[in-house]
Amino acid sequence: MSKSYRQVHAIKGISLDVGKGEIFGLIGPDGAGKTTLFRIMTTLMLADSGYGRICGLDIVKDYFKIRRLIGYMPGRFSLYQDLSVKENLDFFATMFGTTLRESYGTIKEIYSQIEPFRDRRAGKLSGGMKQKLALCCALVHKPSVLFLDEPTTGVDAVSRKDFWTMLGRIRQSGVTVFVSTPYMDEASLCDRLALIKDGEIIGTGTPEQIIRQYPYRILAVKGRNMYPLLKALRMIEGVESCFSFGDAHHLAYRPDRTCRQTILAEAAGMGFPDCTAKEIAPGIEDCFMQLSKKWGKN
Amino acid sequence: MTMKEFLASIKKEFLHIFRDRRTILIVMIMPVVQIILFGFAVSTEVTRARIAFCGDISDPVVRRTIDRIESNRYLESAGMLQSPSGITEMFRRNKADAAVCFGRNFGEEYLSSGNAAIKIIGDGSDPNTARIITSYVSGVIQQEQQDISISMEGERKSSMNPVVHLMYNPAMKSSYNFVPGVMGLILMLICSMMTAVSIVREKETGTLELLLVSPVKPLWVILSKLMPYLALSAVNFISILLLAHYVMEVPVNGSIALLSLSALVFVVASLAIGILVSVISSSQKTAMLICGMGLTMPTMIFSGIIFPCESMPEVLQWFSDIIPAKWFIILVKKIMIQGDGFASVIKELSILAGMAGVLLSASIFSFRTRLQ
Amino acid sequence: MGKELNVIEIRNLTKKFGDFTAVDNISFDVHRGEIFGFLGANGAGKTTAMRILCGLSRPTAGTGTVAGYDIWKEQEKIKRHIGYMSQKFSLYPDLTVKENIRLFGGIYGLDDREINGKTSKMLSMLGMVQEKDKFAGELPLGWKQKLSFCIALIHEPRIIFLDEPTGGVDPETRRRFWELIYDTAEKGTTIFVTTHYMDEAEYCDRVSIMVDGRIAALDTPEKLKCRFTAETMDDVFRTVAGKAEREE
Repeated sequence: MSKSYRQVHAIKGISLDVGKGEIFGLIGPDGAGKTTLFRIMTTLMLADSGYGRICGLDIVKDYFKIRRLIGYMPGRFSLYQDLSVKENLDFFATMFGTTLRESYGTIKEIYSQIEPFRDRRAGKLSGGMKQKLALCCALVHKPSVLFLDEPTTGVDAVSRKDFWTMLGRIRQSGVTVFVSTPYMDEASLCDRLALIKDGEIIGTGTPEQIIRQYPYRILAVKGRNMYPLLKALRMIEGVESCFSFGDAHHLAYRPDRTCRQTILAEAAGMGFPDCTAKEIAPGIEDCFMQLSKKWGKN
Repeated sequence: MTMKEFLASIKKEFLHIFRDRRTILIVMIMPVVQIILFGFAVSTEVTRARIAFCGDISDPVVRRTIDRIESNRYLESAGMLQSPSGITEMFRRNKADAAVCFGRNFGEEYLSSGNAAIKIIGDGSDPNTARIITSYVSGVIQQEQQDISISMEGERKSSMNPVVHLMYNPAMKSSYNFVPGVMGLILMLICSMMTAVSIVREKETGTLELLLVSPVKPLWVILSKLMPYLALSAVNFISILLLAHYVMEVPVNGSIALLSLSALVFVVASLAIGILVSVISSSQKTAMLICGMGLTMPTMIFSGIIFPCESMPEVLQWFSDIIPAKWFIILVKKIMIQGDGFASVIKELSILAGMAGVLLSASIFSFRTRLQ
Repeated sequence: MGKELNVIEIRNLTKKFGDFTAVDNISFDVHRGEIFGFLGANGAGKTTAMRILCGLSRPTAGTGTVAGYDIWKEQEKIKRHIGYMSQKFSLYPDLTVKENIRLFGGIYGLDDREINGKTSKMLSMLGMVQEKDKFAGELPLGWKQKLSFCIALIHEPRIIFLDEPTGGVDPETRRRFWELIYDTAEKGTTIFVTTHYMDEAEYCDRVSIMVDGRIAALDTPEKLKCRFTAETMDDVFRTVAGKAEREE
């Protein structure tokens, strides 16, 4: 399966391929063009230029066939709040030409968790439950490709974890999952991913590939008075960037120009004698920041 | 798309409607309230209109005419005036609703040339009432004139400025005027506003996107959304007819089938307007506002419920022609009250059908298989 | 820390909606000048508690003061002495940057001279002098959030409430935003912040985690990690919030 296409404005000349049966993550902040790309791929919008294919079918010409093949969960998707869980599912099942009974096997695992509440109105479900129901609705017709537009936005950390566990199981059943998210920490859960910013893909590959391409080395620096330390570290020669990551500062430096000892010595000279620095592997978030900076310069 | 999917979405749409108790209550009660409101509270009905007279009382024809007017069940005398200049004073002090002025040597002129001057002056501060009274008075005068002609054995065809003969509303009932208006207004409201809001609501919740990517053809998605409102408007149509007939005592003189056909055409046009509104509005509030201000107001004003269309400037009359409700209201008046048959309403019906056709194709065209 | 003045003192605060107890007998203090992280799963009662603290809603039981004012009797005064910024962009998109600043300055009762001074100071601080006549709605998301933040500070409140200020923002802007928060805290303003990003919880001086309407944990990030033998705040959160029983 391949897709690639180019467009101006919201999306600028994007090309990417998603392999069959993988979880492909489209990662980027709000306004990067994720939703636009999703709408074009789900045949809801036309691209200005370029082309796209899903399972070999053209997204413009064969849009009708594609609509049978894909499952889609729009970003704002909130179901019919005034219909019960079962009514929602029955309705979407019928609209996609199947019945709840027929597709029960496909969604059983997820549906069984919300089945006890099947007569409750969707509007009265908790955030996590709503998400599960929405996923059931998108899966009810056994699609080959599942498009999930920011399914975890505004959801707390616990429910997000649950959701990704569900996605893992869906992939095991052979469904390709194309998912977008603004949360960088979800990147490592994807098989492959594309980083998107301002309508452009700034990096693509498996999480490992992206991390391997990172050009600098990273020190996790800890110390007392973290914020003044952050400002001080940025002044040091050879330091590319320095940002806080949780309880440590991630300091990116060029190994050809400086090293850990030098940096520590310089920090001590600026009044931070007791800080510790540990060499760590970069994360996707480090890569995203580096790539978006590099892209911004071009 | 098979029937099964179509029915499923109609069922779902009905569920939405019945789950929202408040709205359904409003929709069901609205026609009743409007009929009652227009029928009793803002009635333009006239009972015992007071007529002032001005003319030469010694003239036998004048006396006879005054006598005729006074003896009418719905009219009474407000007294004789010395000169026409007193009329304004009478109107201002609300002592009379209309005045009849006879010309100089009225009887003589009439009998000799058959061309006597007579003026009926209505109190223009209430144009609707004035129109009703003046045309009624002129009807009475005309009757009198006919009688005189007969008594003169048709010797001379006379004229006393024959004005509109008010044949269809002898009791001057305003319900004849507003029942068609209310019918037009309510069908318009339910079909346009409710369809538009229900489609836009799905836009807001994102469910529309999901429906669009389903294998179901968008046309069917939309049609299935229209069906329940078609049913609702049928219920309202019937309830208005029943109310009008049994409470307001408005007769249904023409064919019910023809009336229903016109209503159906009008409903289709309104539904199409609803779809068009839903295409251009991004939130339920916008849709509501467009329907409320953009559709209901002009319908109220131009359909002749409140002001007679004829008293509007020509430009506005032109504008009123493009409002489907106007044609529907004319149709209802003609069919229901005047009892006209198919042949005499063919013009209005085809105009309305043409509008419905254009609106429907425009709405289907604008509601694409994709988002904007 | 304990010796410092408390900006928020809450004792046995409870809020019920009918049978449902959204906030269940919580007590906590927020010190002056600290960054206080207020975490919790969806539906744990965060928003309800925050509304009470902002003087937008009355509790069912309990006592408390915010910025020195009573949450029962002096709601109007509370509103005047706090700043509030939510995840949703709350400025007027059809007004320019400058007009927005002027408007909110006026709402908080600053006089013209103060507003003019503030406007130019704020614009240069944000690096938005050139954008001052642009419509607020046309700014990039990160800038919008910085602008809302500064406008929430226009009347120099003692405490500012930030409701998920960085949702959906790109990683660098998110960190720049936190640097802005640090700068503000250094000047003595207390920061009360909710977030879904667990790494941001690490930036707070103290963190409370709400579960089922109660405060299940409250301490510095280090001590919390120690207590739950967790590597990151993410793990802490999942251990604590994972015990939740109630639905939204």
